[in-house]
Amino acid sequence: MLIALFADVHANLEALNACLSHARSRGAQRFAFLGDLVGYGADARAVVEVIGRHADQGALVLKGNHDQAIATSAGYFNDASQAALQWARDTLSAEQKRFLSGLPLLAREATVCYVHASAAGPERWEYIDSPAAAGRCLEANDACYTFCGHVHDQVLYFQTGQGRMSEFRPHPGTAIPVRGHRRWLGIVGSVGQPRDRNPAAAYTLFDPDREELTFLRVPYDAAAAAAKIRACGLPASLAYRVELGI
Amino acid sequence: MREPIQPGTVIDGYTLGECIHEGGMGAIYRVTAAPGRDPGFALVFKLPYLGYGESTIGILSLEMEQIVLSRLTGPHVPRFVAAGDIRAVPYIVMEWIDGPSVAQSLGRAPLAPEEVARIGAALADAVHGVHLQEAIHFDLKPENFIVRPTGEAVLLDFGFARHARYPDLLGEEREFAAGSSAYVSPEQLQGDRSDERSDLFALGVVLYELATGKLPFGEPQTLAGMRDRLWRAPEPPRAANPAVPAWLQEIILRCLEPQADLRYQSAAHIAFDLRHPEQVALDERSAATEGVSVAAQVGHWWRAHRRDGALRRQRRLAGRVPVIMVAVDTEHPDDERNPALQRATRQLISLYPELRLMFVSVVRAAPIGSGDLDTTTGRHLEHKTRLRHWVEPLGISRARTSLHVVEGANAGSTLLELARANHVDLIVLGAPGAAQRALAWWRSVASSVTANAHCSVHVVRVPEARDEGGSDAS
Repeated sequence: MLIALFADVHANLEALNACLSHARSRGAQRFAFLGDLVGYGADARAVVEVIGRHADQGALVLKGNHDQAIATSAGYFNDASQAALQWARDTLSAEQKRFLSGLPLLAREATVCYVHASAAGPERWEYIDSPAAAGRCLEANDACYTFCGHVHDQVLYFQTGQGRMSEFRPHPGTAIPVRGHRRWLGIVGSVGQPRDRNPAAAYTLFDPDREELTFLRVPYDAAAAAAKIRACGLPASLAYRVELGI
Repeated sequence: MREPIQPGTVIDGYTLGECIHEGGMGAIYRVTAAPGRDPGFALVFKLPYLGYGESTIGILSLEMEQIVLSRLTGPHVPRFVAAGDIRAVPYIVMEWIDGPSVAQSLGRAPLAPEEVARIGAALADAVHGVHLQEAIHFDLKPENFIVRPTGEAVLLDFGFARHARYPDLLGEEREFAAGSSAYVSPEQLQGDRSDERSDLFALGVVLYELATGKLPFGEPQTLAGMRDRLWRAPEPPRAANPAVPAWLQEIILRCLEPQADLRYQSAAHIAFDLRHPEQVALDERSAATEGVSVAAQVGHWWRAHRRDGALRRQRRLAGRVPVIMVAVDTEHPDDERNPALQRATRQLISLYPELRLMFVSVVRAAPIGSGDLDTTTGRHLEHKTRLRHWVEPLGISRARTSLHVVEGANAGSTLLELARANHVDLIVLGAPGAAQRALAWWRSVASSVTANAHCSVHVVRVPEARDEGGSDAS
């Protein structure tokens, strides 16, 4: 059973569709969306609709901090983010807002823990940006594999023989053996707003039977996504970020 | 307790034979596969010590070797056959490589310079073959090199290795900071497991040992003792064995530079120099027979840094260090294509902060009976002079260039053979000129080289004047 892991779609329909069809062509049978369906992008309504359909068919969908902010605004967002969130509030249907506010923060299935930010207090939206932060996340749960988003870069943390955490920057497309006698934490990358100066959408495939993790990058029509951001009057900086991957 | 496993024991369908090696972390057995799983070549079975009280390092190292070895191919590594689950019985089944290890050759050391060069070039080929596949061995020593009856070398024991595309499971393990104390590189001692030039340092230690019968830094038992090599150049090989020629001393000392930036930047370049001793650029240290003072050594590093340091600092960004072969026609020095070929070479030089350029002229063999040996030697010298005249305006340091005048009836196949033997990454040559246009393209040197090369080929054409020719082809 090949599992496709998507995070931080951020209302980017073009990127989401590209990743979904890429994952299907690779044989993915299960889909997990690790939060932040909305924010930044122009297509909140269409993205929530697509992901909602997948949820009806059994996909796992978690809540991210942007999804939470639709109902309860938070002070830490910058002006551009606030503008995109307001745009989402204006365009999402009442039912879609209920769907977002009803999403769980964390899910456990078999040997896997899924969470948007960190399993160590998911509601605190801590960034896993160091081996120490990865260690705190693993201490807070006992799953062999933990997958999260929130940080937009793809990173694989793993436990060494002495229990310390080590950090690895994966090469897209290489199937990495992730044997179950160690503990692993994968940051799956952002579908809708990569920030490593490469605009290609990012997601990850997990094969629990073969114990392999493959980080992937999918080129898509970023210009179209950026044009929609401009067309609906959102700050130009959000369009640049999508076009340039920053 | 380390009790050897009884012959005849069957693990996952593999029947163990005699134990052929007991190392610090595990043992190696001959093994036969169940019918139907027999790959058709002889096999060995590597099993870490699993008993109570054994360090976990043996298992960690086997886990790393399972990952790295199963991703490597080619004649310079044992073929990977199977791996056992780390959680059940961890093992590796791989090809049994028949041949003496370099450790056995050491029994006869010091070896003649020609033999050091022959064996050394084979070892460098093997190291290059592994580096090309994004792996670094990190534990090169004479026991880990086997020389096949064909003369090709094979690297064994990838238990300390790492592969750029897979997590380094040993990176945080303190016990792994140092490999084997006599061979470990300065940067490995400092915990850096990311630099393939560490393997070039270890290769330098092996060459030193073959040429002198001695270890350049001894076999220190303490970390403090090993740290000597962070700042100290070894006694020159000629101090231990005056029969070591200057070119071999230069190659060895360049491998053993404490700073990786001052070493060879690619195993292919070491193989090249060992195969072309006459092309090795010598300096004052090459012929030295005694160790230099600390002050002189600092002076050497300072000069070397000023000369090459700034360029090499960009190296990490530029990626691999290529070997580029430029084919020059010295039989027709006034050929219209020469300026274009020189321009293309200049552009390539500006692209790479560090590279190795081979300039090759293939001349037709002198007709039989046309003259004695002297005239052929004279012809050779004449062409070499023309080649040097062609190269000099490019202003490249001699340490990065080599000139070759080769006789051959078929220029295309001669170029291809040379390119393959010297790990060339790119061949640069002229497109058919005006004189050859009448010929079919497939009969030109450029077409046969492009069709059959093992690497990329850059075919340089003299731009056509647009108003004269009908087409815009470039």
